[in-house]
Amino acid sequence: MTAETITSGAPGPAGQDGATGDVLLRLDDVHTYYGQIHALKGVTIEVNRGEVVTLIGANGAGKTTTLKTVCGLLHPRQGTVTFDGQDVSKTAAHNLVKAGIGHAPEGRRIFSRLTVLENLQMGGFTRPPEEIDEDVERIMTLFPRLKERTYQQGGTLSGGEQQMLAIGRAMMSRPRLLLLDEPSLGLAPILIQVVFETIKEINAAGTTILLVEQNALQALNIAHRGYVLQTGNVVLTGDAAELREDETVRKAYLGEI
Amino acid sequence: MTVARSSSPASAPGFIRRFRLVGYSLIGIVAYFLLLAFMLNSTATAAQQVANALTLGAIYALVALGYTMVYGIIELINFAHGDVFMVGSFVALWTLTSDPIFNVVGLGQTGIVTNIALLAGILLLTFTVSMVLMAVLNMGIERFAYRPLRNAPKVAPLITAIGVSLILQNVIQIIVGTGDRPVPQLFPTDGFQFLGANIRYLNLFIFLVALVLLYGLQQFVSRTRLGRAMRATAQDQQAAQLMGVDLNQTIAMTFLIGGALAGAAGVFQGQYLGYVRFDLGFNAGLKAFTAAVLGGIGNLTGAALGGFLIAFLEVFAAANGQQRWSQAIVFVVLIVVLVFRPAGILGQQIGERA
Ligand SMILES: Nc1ncnc2c1ncn2[C@@H]1O[C@H](COP(=O)(O)OP(=O)(O)OP(=O)(O)O)[C@@H](O)[C@H]1O
Ligand SMILES: [Mg+2]
Repeated sequence: MTAETITSGAPGPAGQDGATGDVLLRLDDVHTYYGQIHALKGVTIEVNRGEVVTLIGANGAGKTTTLKTVCGLLHPRQGTVTFDGQDVSKTAAHNLVKAGIGHAPEGRRIFSRLTVLENLQMGGFTRPPEEIDEDVERIMTLFPRLKERTYQQGGTLSGGEQQMLAIGRAMMSRPRLLLLDEPSLGLAPILIQVVFETIKEINAAGTTILLVEQNALQALNIAHRGYVLQTGNVVLTGDAAELREDETVRKAYLGEI
Repeated sequence: MTVARSSSPASAPGFIRRFRLVGYSLIGIVAYFLLLAFMLNSTATAAQQVANALTLGAIYALVALGYTMVYGIIELINFAHGDVFMVGSFVALWTLTSDPIFNVVGLGQTGIVTNIALLAGILLLTFTVSMVLMAVLNMGIERFAYRPLRNAPKVAPLITAIGVSLILQNVIQIIVGTGDRPVPQLFPTDGFQFLGANIRYLNLFIFLVALVLLYGLQQFVSRTRLGRAMRATAQDQQAAQLMGVDLNQTIAMTFLIGGALAGAAGVFQGQYLGYVRFDLGFNAGLKAFTAAVLGGIGNLTGAALGGFLIAFLEVFAAANGQQRWSQAIVFVVLIVVLVFRPAGILGQQIGERA
């Protein structure tokens, strides 16, 4: 299935540190399976350097599967994933972290019996040990709440704090591409605002972001471009502003009737 | 995998917890001693029994750690672990009876080595050989028997572990037969006087070496980068991979450490009990596994604590002439503890937040 593109040939919004069209990540006709279950049925997605790109879609559309295929927890059975010009379709997840992909996964996956500090240190596992303290400091400036809870066990944090920790932990590897899977899930509206502001800040500081959200309107507000997934296919793609105005998107994902 | 304290130097609760544990242990040992002294009507015998319990406990604790670490990281009850310990005890025997040591050094005539430097040298060599070989053996078992089944249903590696256990036993049985093999005793029989008892230097040596190994492991797991990665992997393998942790490497490292500790315990076995046999891994494994469950499986401090507790129970039964009941007593205590603390003495009692 080929995705409908709303604005054909329109230049994407200029990235912070790269020229338009400088592709950092590309999924080309990716098919991913869970055993017999065909979860991604030929997904083609591009993320340019410096962009925030959002993936939206209903439950079970394949958003999480797409991120897992990018980060190497799953491998495509067909098609390719190219990161920074390299074919990484078969690269193991732990090597992709070194290559520059950070992932705050669905469900946060905080190490509940490690302290906040240790969680962040784990995030910097691939970094030179002598630079980790400095990076922890940087993350704690970004999320002051985490600083107050430095020695608290991860599992005892509130949901919002865990989400900040998950994002902070993913930032610790100094990723060039940050994958965020539903960072606003389960948060109070005011905290959602904080999380989205932070994502914008992280992007402004030069990190490219692929953002999965149920909260489609908010996501489209901070994204440059977006893709709409439906049962394993990209059905729509375009600039965020245009997707926000698109009738089908409004009906299906922005809660309008 | 958990340790009794967190890694941060500034986290006061960790320190308090650790001192509390040491404090309770000391109180427990003193109470145990008083009880025995009262029942046996002799402080000398009681002191002797405490020394025996601490020595035996050290051996159980080292083996129990191998169970708990492996369970902590891949949720496998590694039935072959007791047999790795058994093979380690044979490797120690073979090292001590190998030509240079047995003939050249003079072990062949006397057994006991009185020259301290020579004794230290022989021990160092024996420990190195046994620990390195058992680390390699244990890693090999993981690599070839368990790793291919990593994504199979849990029962598959479990059955495989039983198979590996039988293979190790049978191989040793084919090589040396079924009888007890005496092990050259390196340590002199004398010792130091303590509360009227003559405590052998051997007992002190085993206990101290075990403490050093336990402490070293605890520090490694709680303070180093790789130790942290081990704990993270034990909690969430996928999330650990997303941090850049190589799963295979981390699991291999866990088996390496467990194997090395079992190798050390194997050396102790020969020196303390004087013999080795092809099937001693079964009993030792059963006790060590029980120790791991008693302490809270997956918890390193718990495994060590459990090992000592079981030794204390056994020695208590034996000191009262009830040796044949010792196994039953151990399991009754296990059941009682699990009724009140299902996750074991130091196990995580509360459910975790996602
Ligand atoms: N581990 C798995 N085993 C089998 N099928 C799976 C597995 N994980 C996901 N799926 C299936 O793959 C499809 C895509 O799932 P995915 O988790 O990617 O959806 P999603 O878009 O992230 O949904 P949500 O918004 O609910 O998180 C679904 O049909 C789901 O049932
Ligand atoms: Mg999802």
